[in-house]
Amino acid sequence: MTTALNTLFITVEGTRLNKEGERVVVTVKDEKKAEVPLRHLRSVVCLTRAWMTPELLESCVEAGIHVSFFGVTGRFLARVEGLPGGNVLLRREQYRAADDGGRTLAIARAMVVGKVSNARQFVLHAKRDAAAEQVPSLEDAARRLAEHLRAVGRAEELEQVRGLEGIAARDYFEAFPGLLKGGARRFGFDGRNRRPPRDPLNALLSFGYALLAQDCAGALAGVGLDPAVGFLHEDRPGRLSLALDLMEELRAPVVDRLVFSLVNRGQLKPEDFKEEAAGAVMLRDEARKAFLVAYQAAKQVEVQHVFLGQQTSWGLVPHLQALLLARTLRGELDGYPPFAVR
Amino acid sequence: MRKVTVLVCYDVQVSDPTGPKRLRRIARMCKDHGVRVQYSVFECVLEPKDWVVLRARLLSELDAESDSLRFYFLSEDVARKTEHHGTRVPLDVEGPLIL
Repeated sequence: MTTALNTLFITVEGTRLNKEGERVVVTVKDEKKAEVPLRHLRSVVCLTRAWMTPELLESCVEAGIHVSFFGVTGRFLARVEGLPGGNVLLRREQYRAADDGGRTLAIARAMVVGKVSNARQFVLHAKRDAAAEQVPSLEDAARRLAEHLRAVGRAEELEQVRGLEGIAARDYFEAFPGLLKGGARRFGFDGRNRRPPRDPLNALLSFGYALLAQDCAGALAGVGLDPAVGFLHEDRPGRLSLALDLMEELRAPVVDRLVFSLVNRGQLKPEDFKEEAAGAVMLRDEARKAFLVAYQAAKQVEVQHVFLGQQTSWGLVPHLQALLLARTLRGELDGYPPFAVR
Repeated sequence: MRKVTVLVCYDVQVSDPTGPKRLRRIARMCKDHGVRVQYSVFECVLEPKDWVVLRARLLSELDAESDSLRFYFLSEDVARKTEHHGTRVPLDVEGPLIL
């Protein structure tokens, strides 16, 4: 079983990373900021332009530490990964399943059921302490999500599943303004937009999803699956479709919950964002750090994995789900059990 | 897997001609496995197999005639039960690593 290893985030432009012994040494402007033993790391995420020695990169690849690079706007650029883990027979089975309409349908359907169910739980949970005037709209959203959930369960075509996923996502995002409390109402939310995100909440969601996608890709690669060959998401060059698939059921309980708790508690305010000339909204550096701290802390929080019947942490959920997906593809499970929040 | 948390402390006789080399080597082994909290004190949070390796390497380096090495086995919540005053606040490798 994988243990929860840490992620090293680099946020300061011009940071240099080099290797001394079995450690990563982080230097900013000739000042040594930190030394981290490689054995404590699962991944290194560079959120800005950073400089890394080939020796360190080599050691990361050999130790199975994933290194990923994001552009300054938070757009994913690249990840460095060594030989694929796991075994080739599993990957072949994954490709066969992806080419098999029936198996693809079954897995995609399970994933969307997980997504919509978790989205509904999130709305219902928020309803409990929402202001009275927000309750009807949240109840309405939960009811519509329940309808979509039943429809997904009955869907017999992949296109139908994808269509319902889109409709459910739209209904879910419509409920978002009702989730803002107190001073956080200043944020406002007029639907999901991206590339670039055009308001602060969308900027937070995009940033959170980009981090979660990389965690999912790392988890999939860790069990030997190919993160690029998906079931719900079609193959597309440069897209980590399976990572996006795996992320669906985790968006609401991991990222959305974190985003709303940060803005509703006033930890992030509209002033923590800046608008670029092109209308793109970005987090200011301090806010981005605060978000990363909260994201890492959220991964330490304990959660009950209903299917496995054991306590785990949120950070391990993508790894457990990747393992369950591998078992499904090997035929050891009858169907893929999505992660369900109770 | 349950990790082990060990506080590694050492004293190396540096007046001995081979002392400084032993000191450097011991310090390097500790740095690779844990976090320096004071000059000759390291906190190491390790998987049991890594701890077995580190312990063996440290003991093989030690000159039992002139040096001393102490291992304190700590409970997992050491961070919560520790106070730090003054400079050189050590890095928490289990906490968020955002630099």
